[in-house]
Amino acid sequence: MSRPEQIAPPEVFYNDSESFKYTNNSRVMKIQAQMTDRSLELLNLNNTSDLFLIDVGCGSGLSGEILTERGFQWVGLDISPSMLANGLDKEVEGDLFLSDIGNGIPFRAGTFDAGISISAIQWLCNADSSNADPKKRLLRFFNTLYSSLKRGGKFVAQFYPANDNQIEQITSSAKTAGFQGGIIVDDPESKKNKKHYLVLTAGVSERQINLKGVTIEQKNENSKLKSKSKRQVETRKEYINRKKELMTKRGKKVANDSKFTARKRRPKF
Amino acid sequence: MKFLTTNFVRCPIKACDSSPDSFPLKFQDTTLIQEEQDFNPQFIAAMLERLDWPAVVSVASDLGNNSLPSLKPENISWEDQENSQLLKDLHTLLLETKIVEGKMVCRNCHHIFYIKESIANFLLPPHLAS
Ligand SMILES: C[S@@+](CC[C@H](N)C(=O)[O-])C[C@H]1O[C@@H](n2cnc3c(N)ncnc32)[C@H](O)[C@@H]1O
Ligand SMILES: [Zn+2]
Repeated sequence: MSRPEQIAPPEVFYNDSESFKYTNNSRVMKIQAQMTDRSLELLNLNNTSDLFLIDVGCGSGLSGEILTERGFQWVGLDISPSMLANGLDKEVEGDLFLSDIGNGIPFRAGTFDAGISISAIQWLCNADSSNADPKKRLLRFFNTLYSSLKRGGKFVAQFYPANDNQIEQITSSAKTAGFQGGIIVDDPESKKNKKHYLVLTAGVSERQINLKGVTIEQKNENSKLKSKSKRQVETRKEYINRKKELMTKRGKKVANDSKFTARKRRPKF
Repeated sequence: MKFLTTNFVRCPIKACDSSPDSFPLKFQDTTLIQEEQDFNPQFIAAMLERLDWPAVVSVASDLGNNSLPSLKPENISWEDQENSQLLKDLHTLLLETKIVEGKMVCRNCHHIFYIKESIANFLLPPHLAS
């Protein structure tokens, strides 16, 4: 299967029919919701409903709808008119902007408490026209994102890197812009479920990123390290099971294993 | 676009980054609607602190409302009953007032950005892209 980024520029790839298919596919909906939940878990925001968030590459709002469920106000940016039109049809709550994030995030300093981006920023690594310079676009994006976040603001982006070089390009641009952070890999052993999260802080945050159950990927030495040290990467499910065992040992009552074990539950409102 | 967002959005053109005139944008030929939203006093109080009040007043005036106080209400705790009417009024202005059609003009470079079906279009022509 070839990657969408290699087929056409985003606003062409996500045309009317593709946007409609994408938005109404229940498998896509489920995966995007899971990754949004996971990003929010990593963001570790305080549990208040007074936060203003940005969703970068918001598409038709599959990620944004989760933000609304959690009680956040949000603004979403996307380059595809068809994706945004599908968002309008669904009457998403966030304010939608037609904008190319490679040209910057058009918000004044300190606007947002935090931000997410789900399955979008790998597009910035592509040069879709002869005069587009991915390096410049990435830097413009991260520079303006940095300033649009309040100091200590956090940003988590799930993305699909085509190769290690893209991971390097993205992280180094983020650092040049002043962010601190790195990459978290969920399910690193699974080809199908492996997910990359870029986790960033703009300055010092009162509440740290939530690194529970996470092993940070160490680039390059990674493979060596893994075979040498016995430290195995733990999936979320393994983590929960290990915690459960621990709790059971400690004599605490633990929910029975069921098919809902280690699945994320949607908070109810 | 909600009124709230007008207080944060600025000209995306790189040459305007350091110009104080790239915010707020000037709103023209706008069509507004009122849309009911859940009232969350805590959010409104939190945003009030972050608002650039002169920009609130100037954009409200662009939209035909010249009745806002020129000074920002300060120290507004959302838990204080006394503030509830003020916070409700702000809620109506910030979250329930929506610009569905119109133009936004940068006071520095004079570029015009359009709002259509409530979506603001910030795409740049190639020669202005960064
Ligand atoms: C797989 S979709 C994800 C949409 C949404 N975040 C979700 O979870 O469903 C990726 C989105 O990134 C957007 N995108 C790609 N490049 C972009 C750019 N340069 N600026 C803004 N959006 C972009 C695409 O238009 C598309 O809607
Ligand atoms: Zn300008």
